[in-house]
Amino acid sequence: MIEIGEPGPLATVQDLGRPGYAALGVPRSGAFDRGAAALANRLVGNAPGAALLEVTLGGLRLALRRAATLALTGAPCGGDLDRGTAVTVRAGSELRLTPPATGLRSYLAVRGGIDVEPVLGSRSTDLLSGLGPSPLRAGDTLPIGRAVAGEVSEVSAPGPSPANVLSIDAGPRDDWFAGVALDQLTGTEWTVRGESDRIGIRLDGPAFERSRVGELPSEAMLPGALQVPPDGRPILFGPDCPVTGGYPVIAVVRTRSLDVAAQLRPGDAVRFTISR
Amino acid sequence: MIVRRYGEHALLVELDDPRLVPSLLAAAAALVGAAEVVPGACTLLVVLAADASREQLTTQLSSLQPAVHESSDREPVELAVRYDGEDLDEVAQLAGLDRDSVVELHSSATYTVRFCGFSPGFGYLDGLVEQLHVARRAEPRTAVPAGSVAIAGEFTGVYPRSSPGGWRLLGRTDAPLWDTARTPPALLTPGSTVRFRPS
Repeated sequence: MIEIGEPGPLATVQDLGRPGYAALGVPRSGAFDRGAAALANRLVGNAPGAALLEVTLGGLRLALRRAATLALTGAPCGGDLDRGTAVTVRAGSELRLTPPATGLRSYLAVRGGIDVEPVLGSRSTDLLSGLGPSPLRAGDTLPIGRAVAGEVSEVSAPGPSPANVLSIDAGPRDDWFAGVALDQLTGTEWTVRGESDRIGIRLDGPAFERSRVGELPSEAMLPGALQVPPDGRPILFGPDCPVTGGYPVIAVVRTRSLDVAAQLRPGDAVRFTISR
Repeated sequence: MIVRRYGEHALLVELDDPRLVPSLLAAAAALVGAAEVVPGACTLLVVLAADASREQLTTQLSSLQPAVHESSDREPVELAVRYDGEDLDEVAQLAGLDRDSVVELHSSATYTVRFCGFSPGFGYLDGLVEQLHVARRAEPRTAVPAGSVAIAGEFTGVYPRSSPGGWRLLGRTDAPLWDTARTPPALLTPGSTVRFRPS
């Protein structure tokens, strides 16, 4: 059992999310930085789909009622746990994560996984639709499961420190914008706005100009979609994005690059490059 | 029909006629290379299966011939509605009708779920008579009660649970629109036909 002392700014339970229900209006959800989450699970010998904690800007304090093996990946929090390696702690241990110097989201996996009740096949907290467990609060207790996929990894795996350049595929609705729009997208250093979360990362920069009038009939949205609302400033959709939306998507960020996007903080600069 | 690329793992099929969406949905969902299909108002998103070839799936989708089915072979879902919604008078006024005529028009049509979105289990229902096409409220409500039957633009729909919302409220139903313990969890799924019965 894990007991939450303080959740910090935002801590949620995440796994690989709820693919397959989008046609019913259910967001995909799941860990934002999937690479970091997969690494944390691998280090403790969990299956890729095991639930772990997604910790935003550190600040998490927790106690373990029994001995457990943990791994911390993603944004480099300071505190009581080394990052990128499996660590076994005694029953009764108290751990604290301090805010990372860079990056936004850290992942804390425990061998056996977080064993809260799944909803539609997933233990992920979906902040848009409210499915899954609520964001963690002080005093919450989380059961630790028993399902493991292999041995605890002996290696230590320092996380990558990628540049903030995201690979995109143009479209599907780049033809809704003036001809220079893709050059504008790739030629601009965009700034992450404060109103960014798991639903979307809002970007500041030169507004896109539409070449069409009228409204786009609602169509499917996906994590990674760069949607351009009427004010012309793009929103990069995250895992909890709505499944349908009525504004054109100028380009879609590649899966690998979404892991990089997950670590963007308000004020960070980010660029886009078209995949070849 | 146009097939567009939608990022690394998906295709977006654009149709000329929104009534073709249910037929395309059924045909595309049966393709081996399609992991997931998500309808929109006039489009279908097809997410590629892990080992699927984009080129092959594009060719397969392009060769599908969706048709307009005037009547569905699915049994209609009938929802009992208390037509006492807060916006009934306003809708009547906007439509130049009296309350009873609004209820009569809304409850005499048969609707089809064209797509879902906004919140889990919220279906955009096609088939609203043109007289009832009214704009959404200028100021959305911060909380619309669960089960509210509402209209906006060309669509009608039912709020599966309490949420903010800008559609105009005609009434309420007690039908369980969303239940995660049920398979599927949504009462109304894309392609479902729906009728509203005054109670």
